[in-house]
Amino acid sequence: MSEIKKIATREAYGQALAALAEENENVVVLDADLSKSTKTVDFAMVAPQRFFNVGIAEQNMAGIAAGLATTGKIPFISSFAVFATGRAFEQIRNSIAYPAMNVKIAATHAGISVGEDGGSHQSIEDIALMRVLPNMTVISPCDGPETAQAVQAAAKHKGPVYLRLGRLALPVIHGSDYHFHLGKGVVEAPGKDIVIFATGMMVSHALEAASFLAEEGYLATVANIHTIKPLDTEFVLEQANSCGAVLTVEEHSIIGGLGSSIAETLMESGCHVPFQRLGVKDKFGQSGSPQAVLEYYSLTSISIAMAAKAVLAKK
Amino acid sequence: MLAESGSGHPGGSLSIADILAQLYFDSLNIDPTNPHWIDRDRVVLCKGHAAPALYATLALRGYFPVDELLSLRKLGSRLQGHPDMNKVPGVDMSTGSLGQGLSAACGMTLAGRLDARPYYVYALLGDGETQEGQVWEAAMFAAHYKLDHLIAFLDNNGLQIDGRICDVLSPEPLDEKWRSFGWRVLTTDGHDVEAIAQALITAKQSTGQPVMIIAKTVKGKGVSFMENKAGWHGNAPNAAQAAQALAELK
Repeated sequence: MSEIKKIATREAYGQALAALAEENENVVVLDADLSKSTKTVDFAMVAPQRFFNVGIAEQNMAGIAAGLATTGKIPFISSFAVFATGRAFEQIRNSIAYPAMNVKIAATHAGISVGEDGGSHQSIEDIALMRVLPNMTVISPCDGPETAQAVQAAAKHKGPVYLRLGRLALPVIHGSDYHFHLGKGVVEAPGKDIVIFATGMMVSHALEAASFLAEEGYLATVANIHTIKPLDTEFVLEQANSCGAVLTVEEHSIIGGLGSSIAETLMESGCHVPFQRLGVKDKFGQSGSPQAVLEYYSLTSISIAMAAKAVLAKK
Repeated sequence: MLAESGSGHPGGSLSIADILAQLYFDSLNIDPTNPHWIDRDRVVLCKGHAAPALYATLALRGYFPVDELLSLRKLGSRLQGHPDMNKVPGVDMSTGSLGQGLSAACGMTLAGRLDARPYYVYALLGDGETQEGQVWEAAMFAAHYKLDHLIAFLDNNGLQIDGRICDVLSPEPLDEKWRSFGWRVLTTDGHDVEAIAQALITAKQSTGQPVMIIAKTVKGKGVSFMENKAGWHGNAPNAAQAAQALAELK
């Protein structure tokens, strides 16, 4: 088997920002003393005059970005997801989302795959926090190429955007022919028996789960929901209705994230198919290698395949 | 305005009124016919609850009709309880949640420097507001990045909702704190427009550091029954009280 190319979405983010530096002089980048981890350092190297380290002060960072945005700048602000969305939540609410500022919150180290740093640093609630804010767009890309295009799309989109990025190197799913469309669901693998809606790093896990299921004769559609808000409800309903069974998978709490969002859509449209959410079950994370933590919280391809079979049994 | 709406913050509006008047009618480089003019001076009313004073100033300066002031806080009005930059011409930043305005003002100042634009940014803070930690994050940032086109006023009326600031949680010594954070600190009588004007001239001579003008003010200034009363922080006068207040203010 040939070696699968891997890149972390944070790495792709840094590279995409550096490319943006030359394309758009209005782009400015702020970081809160984590630039080497969030990879905003890549931007700082090529455009040092438009990079500002605010120190360990995420609330101030959100406010400064808001002020910059009032003048036509396009600020990208980065930190770990726990701090970017949690520590600065009310600043994002009142200084960015409420006035609909053109600020991009690109947070890395989202989810439990942060690993060793433990529960204090593993964000399981950031999608929920950002999704609930009016005016906010929420994007959770699944691989490097998608991240690169999502950064471009975020810069072009007028208004606040939350970009959810991870620490781990992830398999590259998409080739150079891939086109990212903000707000549009993507069928990564077509099937007919069940649809697995996945986001972020869980997309590649879901694809692997689909191959396990295929060995047992079940054809699963793997749908990549990179834009959690606004949700592509038409796409979600189409897939749910045609497959007749739904599993959602996210590296996030099962409360308030992708699964909740899809459940709301299905219930309100009267689509009552067998349904299950897979994610972190209302618990905080803990230290361990990323792989060990993902296994502990049942977020592996095998867990996804088993959950899918349980949903299929209810059909 | 406040009597008509039945709610609002008269005390802190009156304490900052003279500073707003000096800024908008003399010191600021603005054009009310072009509120989004890119080179205009900006004002961030960090203490957003003083919105009535800002709205009255903007209306009198010609940003929108004075008649509209009576729509304050009513459903459908542009004049929200706290300033909304997307609704009201002349409002440069949406504020209301205390402690956030100075950061936004830092961002505006930084943008001006990046683009080599001449404008100044004025941030108007309450003294109780400095209890918010974010204010000091912003204070550190402004000094570190040498934002000398940032001029802040501290509306030092000594009162907050629950009482005297020195009793609730003292932020004193304010002058020493700001100085130690790297700011140039000036003090002025916040109700003497000539003194305020002079402080602004001095502030603009500052290079390499932001300036904080600590303005000694009186909460409820000009209305005998409101002056220095914490109880008038967030309560509107009734019709009779409003009539007396307006007569005294004339």
